[in-house]
Amino acid sequence: MNIIVMLILISVVVALTFLGAFYWAVKSGQFDDTDSPSVRMLMDDKKPRSKS
Amino acid sequence: MSYYLAALDITFDWINYRNNMSSPLALNTQCFHCGDACDADEHVIEEKKFCCLGCKTVYEILNENGLCDYYDLEQMPGISLKSQAESHQFDYLQSDTIQRKLHSFQSDSKNIVTFHIPVIHCSSCIWLLENLSSLVKGVLFTRVHFTNKELTVYYNPGELSMVDLVKYLVKLGYAPLITLADKPKKGKRNVGHLLYLKIGIAGFCFGNIMLLAFPEYLGFEGVDTQLQTFFGYLSAFLSLPVMYAASDYLVSAYKGIKHRYFNIDIPISLGILTLFLRSAYEVITTTGVGYFDSLAGLIFFLLIGRWFQNKTYQELSFERDYKSYFPLAVDKMEGIMIKPVQVSLLEPGDEIIIKNNELIPADSVLLSKSANIDYSFVTGESMPDHRKEGDYIYAGGRQKGTSIRLRVEKPISQSYLTQLWNNEAFQKNAVGHQTLIDKISKYFTFVIIGIAFAALLSWYWIDTTQMVLVFTSVLIVACPCALALSVPFTLGNTLRAMGRSGLYLKNASIIEVMSKLTHIVLDKTGTITHGDKTKITYEGTQLSENDKQVVKSMVLHSTHPLSKMLADYLGDIKEVTLDAYMEQAGKGLQAFYDGLEYQVGSGEFIGVETNEKATGTKVYISKLDRLLGVFEIANSYRRGLKQVIAKLQSFLKLTILSGDNDAEKQTLKDQYAVTNVVFDKKPEEKLEFLKELSDDGEITMMLGDGLNDAGALQQSDVGIVVADNVNNFTPASDGILDAKAFDKLPAFIALSKSSTRIIYASFALSFLYNVVGLTFAVSGLLTPVLAAILMPLSSITIVLFTTFMVNLSARRLNLGK
Repeated sequence: MNIIVMLILISVVVALTFLGAFYWAVKSGQFDDTDSPSVRMLMDDKKPRSKS
Repeated sequence: MSYYLAALDITFDWINYRNNMSSPLALNTQCFHCGDACDADEHVIEEKKFCCLGCKTVYEILNENGLCDYYDLEQMPGISLKSQAESHQFDYLQSDTIQRKLHSFQSDSKNIVTFHIPVIHCSSCIWLLENLSSLVKGVLFTRVHFTNKELTVYYNPGELSMVDLVKYLVKLGYAPLITLADKPKKGKRNVGHLLYLKIGIAGFCFGNIMLLAFPEYLGFEGVDTQLQTFFGYLSAFLSLPVMYAASDYLVSAYKGIKHRYFNIDIPISLGILTLFLRSAYEVITTTGVGYFDSLAGLIFFLLIGRWFQNKTYQELSFERDYKSYFPLAVDKMEGIMIKPVQVSLLEPGDEIIIKNNELIPADSVLLSKSANIDYSFVTGESMPDHRKEGDYIYAGGRQKGTSIRLRVEKPISQSYLTQLWNNEAFQKNAVGHQTLIDKISKYFTFVIIGIAFAALLSWYWIDTTQMVLVFTSVLIVACPCALALSVPFTLGNTLRAMGRSGLYLKNASIIEVMSKLTHIVLDKTGTITHGDKTKITYEGTQLSENDKQVVKSMVLHSTHPLSKMLADYLGDIKEVTLDAYMEQAGKGLQAFYDGLEYQVGSGEFIGVETNEKATGTKVYISKLDRLLGVFEIANSYRRGLKQVIAKLQSFLKLTILSGDNDAEKQTLKDQYAVTNVVFDKKPEEKLEFLKELSDDGEITMMLGDGLNDAGALQQSDVGIVVADNVNNFTPASDGILDAKAFDKLPAFIALSKSSTRIIYASFALSFLYNVVGLTFAVSGLLTPVLAAILMPLSSITIVLFTTFMVNLSARRLNLGK
């Protein structure tokens, strides 16, 4: 029976790690602007040619 | 989770809106840059047509720098430069005090500044603004925050001054909105963070607790009691963060009780606390595993509802501090030098210079020969007032024409304008309006507590051991989560449906007021007529250049709207000094130039036979009593006006209220069948008119054009600005109606009515759930499994029901897509 307790505790710890990651993501501003990054990634990397 | 997906596309409504605004109706030639209709082939490069020089210039700049990807990402992404601010208006940014206020970081080699740029609307905007560094020397890095419409610029102050940066942005069409009010915004953003965090935590705990509650759901009998206790304690532990996520509701309920004000959060908190305490009790006494899963699920759904609400409002929020309308700084004369100073530092006796289109910040005396002050922002109709040297000029006016010099008489805080804005009429709906949901929740709480006690008492005779269980079960199951969700989701969906069709409301409570309307008041000019697209035709003898000059000079002196239209029509013609000038109000103008008498005015004034059959307004021109010709100015009413008026009058009282003279009164009465037409009203009288209506118990809606009817818009219960231009709004208004959607006005009101009906229906539905739940609870049958099914189910049904119903009624009214 103890093994179930162990497994559940481990799974909770793993889950908490992800919760921590989520907390970090929110705090570091990744949810600030949910619109521009989705557009930005579709733009070409091609640097605009400079004045010649 | 369809509502989740539905919420995601709100952001892009604004984009659609913007695109709708700029896409012309017909297949006219469209400007390659901004998409406005353009008539002439005046501005053409490589077969690309442009509507104005500004658009063409932007294209040239971009083309030269290889930035034409801008046009590939979106069709006609540009911003029309026709109504842009003039770049010299930003000269005040040179002031150090102002620069320090605006920058978030300053050093010798790097400055960081964030601008609010309301016109950011598409991916092309992001692309161009983020490639600014290859366009402007000195810009190091730029980043766009699309949702907030903000641009953060890192630049080298050694190579580029802030004024030049702003001027460049203006040149591209991205004029930043720089206001004092922008500053304290920073703290606000964390609220959004917190909500995301709380949703995450609640969702996390919800999932995990459900996992632990699984054995209970499946009804495993002989589960190890030790294990059950362990699961119970673990669930209790996991529910602690959930209580943190629910803190908003608990705090709000506490505040409500403290101030003896009933809100929906009180019964919700009661339910949450009972759930928590009862579950904790069960776990500690090892009598069960409690209802922690229901608790977490409940809070998770409630928070999602709140997030949806916030998201909707964020997209639609446009209320700004009135300070936004003051230019930050003003040019002050110091000896012979001109220096920009902050408005708040102005003192009586200072000499200031006001340029074209700038607001006059303080009551002052005019030092220049003459001025043309447009008080439309403060009072009403946009007829500029002509002022002479030595005249007293009130704050809030806007100079039209050449720069003027003024001497400040009163410090800014005491000015008439501030008083006007602090006028009671401007603090609308601050308290008085108690929302429907709060009214209902008041009774709801009492009824629930009543039922709980009744159950407690009856079980006292049946089975005392079950007494507490039943009591708490009632409080748990009666938690009005479905009730709390129905209003934000219904109104949120209604706001979105209206937004898609062109009506943008300030907040959801306006929908409730709108559904109760009894009287609608329409302004004439700009509301039921087209503002700018007035058609003017000239018939008669060809006017010589000299005659044109005289006519133009005459109409420039007059404040009559027709004169203004004529002045616009005549365009850039040099003014001449008239020898004598006289105006007969509402009739015509008379002037002498070079010894010759000129007259401009109505047929009666000039003394000619008039053909009354014509629909337009005619302005005759005569020179030395000889008729030269006639300008015909078409009074172009909006499309579908007749149907709109007929529909509105079928269920509302309707008044057309105008500051114009009553030339059109008969046309409106005869052709458009308007019952109440009130003309010749000054702005204060308009405000008074609306005040009288509301004193009579009427619930009024006022539609006015732009900044002109600010006072009356504020006085009305629902003040709507009819705008041909996105950026045309006033703090006094409750909403913006896209002028193209004017014909949908009756449908908008109908939708507001049906959304109130939907709220009532969903209330009924959630009460139905409560009745079912309460039956179980009162009879002592509420098991954790049942609670776990019933509670989220009711929330989801309500959400789906309201979303579906609102969209259905919107479609029936031809609103929405």
